[in-house]
Amino acid sequence: MRRAEATAAVLAVLGDELLVAANGMISREAFACRDRPESFYMIGSMGLAAAIGLGVALARPERRVVVLDGDGNLLMGLSTLAMVGERRPANLLHVVLDNEVYGSTGGQRSISDRVVLEEMALAAGYLWGRRVEDEVALVDGLREALGTEGPAFLLVKVSPEDVPGTPRVSHAPEDLAERFRQAAREAAEA
Amino acid sequence: MLGTELGPALERAGLDFFTGVPDSTLSGLFAWLEGSSGYVAAASEELAVGLAVGAYLGGRAPAVLMQNSGLGRAVNALASLACLYRVPLLLVVGWRGHDGNDAPEHLLQGRATTALLDALEVPFAVLEPGRVEEGVERAVALLRERRLPAGLLVRPGTLHG
Repeated sequence: MRRAEATAAVLAVLGDELLVAANGMISREAFACRDRPESFYMIGSMGLAAAIGLGVALARPERRVVVLDGDGNLLMGLSTLAMVGERRPANLLHVVLDNEVYGSTGGQRSISDRVVLEEMALAAGYLWGRRVEDEVALVDGLREALGTEGPAFLLVKVSPEDVPGTPRVSHAPEDLAERFRQAAREAAEA
Repeated sequence: MLGTELGPALERAGLDFFTGVPDSTLSGLFAWLEGSSGYVAAASEELAVGLAVGAYLGGRAPAVLMQNSGLGRAVNALASLACLYRVPLLLVVGWRGHDGNDAPEHLLQGRATTALLDALEVPFAVLEPGRVEEGVERAVALLRERRLPAGLLVRPGTLHG
């Protein structure tokens, strides 16, 4: 399964859940697949996707929050697993698209091939954790995780291929922030 | 005690989400926050900035507490997240080594603190003893005017207890 296919599968099951997408190709593919006001695309600050997602989840406990993370990203901010475990937000789903490489910088190997990230998440206090390797298992896993009390962790093994020609996120960062903040507020008032 | 004035002053200024990593300079503030549900402990100052940005995106008005040694950890989170996306978060920074009189590990950081904030284009106010409310107001005004991060530096001894 290519990462872009996994991303498309995640976006296909989302309704108005708030999404925080990690920087690099993950944000670009999410943007290219289906841009929506409830998606926050990181373009810098590698390693912070889950911390941002945790902040959103704590501020908006009535909304489901999905983090679309990468293996290299997560490894860079690994203590976030402990923070999520400690706060235990029921509304957080942490998806990690694990291609075992740093795609955006030329495909250098990450260490996720030997580190069992979903077990680390469970040990840190996540209430649900799973590893999936194909699209059917991914969709089943997403449905189950979104219907259960979190925090949930879903590790998705994907191939290291990039889709050529994926555009950069075209919105100005400050517009992205305000758009997302508005979307986070609006459904709460609905 | 002076240390417990800062928390209420920050709250009155509209801040409602606190995170960070403890600093003895700010121990009075941390003690006040401990009983409050609005404080979330972060594992590092970088992650605290990420968390605060998330809280802002979720509608809160965040402050990040840290010792100046942690500012270096938060540089990229400030430059390529908080500043880039124009998130008005308040950095309350304990300023160890500010006058060259402190344990050795604080001396270079103490000299580097204001230069680091300047390099990141983050404006700041310095809290003066006995003028907590005024210092908070100045720092929060910087946040609101620019819709960008701003700092409030606290020298050791400014907050007693």
